[in-house]
Amino acid sequence: MKALDLDYMLGLVPVLLRYLPLTLGMAVGAMVMALVLAVILAMVRVLRVPLLDQLVQGFVSFFRGTPLLVQLFLFYYGLPQIVPAFTAINGIQAAVAGLTLHFSAYMAESIRAAILGVDRSQWEATQAVGMTQVQAMRRIILPQAARVAAPTLLNYFIDMIKSTSLAFTLGVTEMMGAAQKEAASSFRYFEAYLLVAIIYWIVVELLSVLQRRLEVRMSRAIAR
Amino acid sequence: MIEVRGLVKRFGGGAPVLNGIDLAIERGERIVVIGPSGTGKSTLLRCINFLDRADAGTLRIGDLAVDVARATRAQILAVRRRTAFVFQNYALFANRTARGNITEALVTVKGLSKAAADARAEAILGDIGLLDRAEAYPASLSGGQQQRVGIGRALALDAELILFDEPTSALDPEWVGEVLDLMRRIAEAHQTMLIVTHEMQFAREIADRVIFMEGGRIVEQGPPAELFDNPRDPRTQAFLRRVR
Ligand SMILES: Nc1ncnc2c1ncn2[C@@H]1O[C@H](COP(=O)(O)OP(=O)(O)O)[C@@H](O)[C@H]1O
Ligand SMILES: [Mg+2]
Repeated sequence: MKALDLDYMLGLVPVLLRYLPLTLGMAVGAMVMALVLAVILAMVRVLRVPLLDQLVQGFVSFFRGTPLLVQLFLFYYGLPQIVPAFTAINGIQAAVAGLTLHFSAYMAESIRAAILGVDRSQWEATQAVGMTQVQAMRRIILPQAARVAAPTLLNYFIDMIKSTSLAFTLGVTEMMGAAQKEAASSFRYFEAYLLVAIIYWIVVELLSVLQRRLEVRMSRAIAR
Repeated sequence: MIEVRGLVKRFGGGAPVLNGIDLAIERGERIVVIGPSGTGKSTLLRCINFLDRADAGTLRIGDLAVDVARATRAQILAVRRRTAFVFQNYALFANRTARGNITEALVTVKGLSKAAADARAEAILGDIGLLDRAEAYPASLSGGQQQRVGIGRALALDAELILFDEPTSALDPEWVGEVLDLMRRIAEAHQTMLIVTHEMQFAREIADRVIFMEGGRIVEQGPPAELFDNPRDPRTQAFLRRVR
């Protein structure tokens, strides 16, 4: 057996790439939902909504304080035992839901910090001209916070893409799962897993380029 | 007619910063407030606009009467829609251009169409001499230009009263003149103004009435010629000696 079978690896490229859309789909889906949830959670924290604020603090603390893998297992294998309705959920849905909750906790904290980082005078100016709190948030405060939070949020997105590989542990055949199956029959574990690593790496690098461009553009928009 | 009665404000449990302020402002009147720093001048303006919430007192703007301690959110919005505020540090919306700073409240608060707001902004930008910088963001404007936009934003609201909190104090000396010139023109148009400033010459020129505040109270007030040249209270005399 050759030490490294390049031909085998090349042959595996199209096989694994077929699962890339699923990987990216899960990441994008979870990211969009996590963003929406995170903005809501951050809002509850910033506006110190009574009761909800404490609940959100507990939520954030739990999802930041426990491993993602444990959360996914709890969600997929554990919950159906307590709440039978959850039996209907498949691995993909469970993975997306788990990723959403997990990352929304982190992202809520970034967004909250970014909102609190917007100069107080910006808030006062919105109040002085008679804008409502919702108008102020939506039109003046959040857009400025978004500029600050964007690089961090993109980092979480990159993290999210990599974390979709954990869906494999919920029986989902995504890139990692496909590689594992291929390797199990060919015994070429190194080639299969190296290829998975390279594909993730390329995707993440492409995103990093995008991230740098976005940062330049965003800083230019305000400081023209 | 605008009337403040018995305004009291404490921060936390401390001594009152405003100690029962009574103030009536005629339509078109231009009032300058002077006094040592830490005396409650900013707090007075901020309480009138509910940027700070006073602990007691009443506020009347035309037919709108509000018990400040019990003011509802709707009443606070109503007061803010009849007043405008010019900040010492400009406080322009950082994510809006010069034009956007002027149109923002016209669209969101006054409900103007985009086109109507733009037309109004165009006129205001002309008034403040910044037509050529309409699309510039605050970060790229000089201090003087930023404060002119700040004043333009206030003007656009057609407020019954514009509050100016030391509008030139944060400016490099080279920009003070252009901002005072703009305020002079606004004063000549008989806009009702309540101005906190240390620019005594300017106060003398444009004020109908000058108020001297100390320790959260109005100590003395009168026409500028009287208050500046013949101050009656020893505290006013001492203050004016110090700033001359
Ligand atoms: N947000 C605040 N919290 C606590 N104290 C404040 C606050 N704002 C103002 N003060 C105090 O109130 C007093 C009056 O302040 P201010 O109205 O800014 O005075 P002035 O504008 O006349 O210089 C000062 O002693 C100041 O420290
Ligand atoms: Mg002050």
